[in-house]
Amino acid sequence: MCGIIGVIDKQRELMDGSSIRDALSIMDERGSGEGAGYAAYGVYPDYADLYAIHVFYDNLVEPKAQVEDLLETWGMIEHDEEIPTFEQAGIPKIHTPWRYFFRPKTRLMQRSRTPDDEIVKHIVMEVNKSIKGALIFSSGKNIGVFKASGWPEEVADFYRVEKYEGYLWLAHNRYPTNTPGWWGGAHPFNLLNWSVVHNGEITSYGTNRRYIESFGYDCTMYTDTEVVAYLMDLLVRRHGLTQELAVRALAPPFWEEIERMPEDIQRLNTALRLTYGSAMMNGPFAIAVASPDSIVGFSDRIKLRPLVIGEHDNKVFISSEEAAIRTVDSAIKNIYMPKAGHPIVGRTVA
Amino acid sequence: MTTITIDAAGIHYTPLNKQIRQAVRDGASEIILKNVMGQRFIGDGLIGNVKITIHGVPGGDLGMFMKGPTIEVFGNADHAPGNTMDEGTIIIHGASGDATAHSMRGGKVFIRDDIGYRGGIHMKQYQDKRPVLIIGGTAKAFLGEYMAGGLVIMFRIQDEEPYAEMGLASGIHGGEIFIRGAVEEWTLGIGSSARPATSEDIDRIKSFISEFSQYYGIDPVKLMNSSYTRIAPVSARPFAGKYTWE
Repeated sequence: MCGIIGVIDKQRELMDGSSIRDALSIMDERGSGEGAGYAAYGVYPDYADLYAIHVFYDNLVEPKAQVEDLLETWGMIEHDEEIPTFEQAGIPKIHTPWRYFFRPKTRLMQRSRTPDDEIVKHIVMEVNKSIKGALIFSSGKNIGVFKASGWPEEVADFYRVEKYEGYLWLAHNRYPTNTPGWWGGAHPFNLLNWSVVHNGEITSYGTNRRYIESFGYDCTMYTDTEVVAYLMDLLVRRHGLTQELAVRALAPPFWEEIERMPEDIQRLNTALRLTYGSAMMNGPFAIAVASPDSIVGFSDRIKLRPLVIGEHDNKVFISSEEAAIRTVDSAIKNIYMPKAGHPIVGRTVA
Repeated sequence: MTTITIDAAGIHYTPLNKQIRQAVRDGASEIILKNVMGQRFIGDGLIGNVKITIHGVPGGDLGMFMKGPTIEVFGNADHAPGNTMDEGTIIIHGASGDATAHSMRGGKVFIRDDIGYRGGIHMKQYQDKRPVLIIGGTAKAFLGEYMAGGLVIMFRIQDEEPYAEMGLASGIHGGEIFIRGAVEEWTLGIGSSARPATSEDIDRIKSFISEFSQYYGIDPVKLMNSSYTRIAPVSARPFAGKYTWE
């Protein structure tokens, strides 16, 4: 069990984090106090064209020097600071969150259609695999992830999420079942533009991990969710699929369903299943994926985890429970349960 | 007749349920809960003849293990209202989530609109205990999964197309399901069979059609005069031989 709440404003109107904090906290029962987190898009307007790199440091000596060396090798740190935190009784500050606003040296990455992204992805993988005592948990432009071990309201107050304003928020309350709870294992998981929250278990994790590692992504978080962020990056950024098609590849229809489809749609779905067989995710899950212009929610094909969608004016909500959506927007009328395995997309128009 | 009103805004479900139990002990015949927002387990294990009226959106497992009370909700319910309920009535003026009436053993659950996946999963019956789940809208897949007893009636008031959700009554080995209108052949799960309902069948469900129509202020004539499909188990042991060799 875990709790998910996400919201996008299609006109990119900014919302501070206070109502998302309250919405996630109403689902405290879905977690165990071992991890909660918030991803917000649009929070760093002053550095909007730079990569905002958030790092957990075990100490501010060796790991910090090594990370900064690597960043300076690949580009320029234009600004850096400790991420402000505020003591909470339930959160021992075992890591120090730090942020860098980073400009990659584009010419250093040859043979890529997206060289800057490729440099940052390389740095994230390198730090998380090789630098002891440092973990990059957020690396997008104008995006910030704020997470720790604790209850939703404690983590929100630890970072004071009400001080941040974003047009898209994605939040998660964790109930770890297969691996211990730790700061890096809290959701959202982020890589570049992608942030992912997940309720459930991906039982195909072994297959998915081997597949994604063959494309140069390293899984270092001791939990299944990170593969979703990497798979979205691979399928959408590098392979050029739409988000809807990427979700179809990750949670495809059953063969029996494909057989009942019209011929052209049947061909497309067959091709997707055959091409991305190793990316297909099995097990019970409800997932929400955010990118700078969209939020996508989907569940496993037989709906073993809850997912509800709400729509009101310019806002689209994705949540585990209706009450969380109503906590943000008490006047909302259109709340529904999507079909299992089918992506629901909220996209910006501005 | 004593009515007690409780403002549930910002109250966790444990103190809220304590207040409900205290009100019942104090002899309340009706309890009105205002501003309910996601509180789970409301009325769980509650025994008696009390009526609980809920304004707002209750959380999961509403009326679980309940024996006797009537709960009426003006709003939607989350997952598993009526979970393992023993006696009493739940009336939802809205929709409900997955596993509605999960493992129900007695009493009645009425949902005006749609329900989520796995409605009526593992409902059961024993002697005079026969739970009833009545759905005004439609159900997502796996309705009546592993059903062992009881009765499900689904009206699909807004729909005239054949019902088309997979895994219908998959693993059913007791009880029966009535669906207004036709059902696509491929929807039938393992161990379930379908046939048109006879007039004798419909006579057996008429009292539930009346009760449903009365709660929601609907004219029962259309529902009474419709044709229904009856889903029932092929055998009492659909998985015999699947896990053991006999």
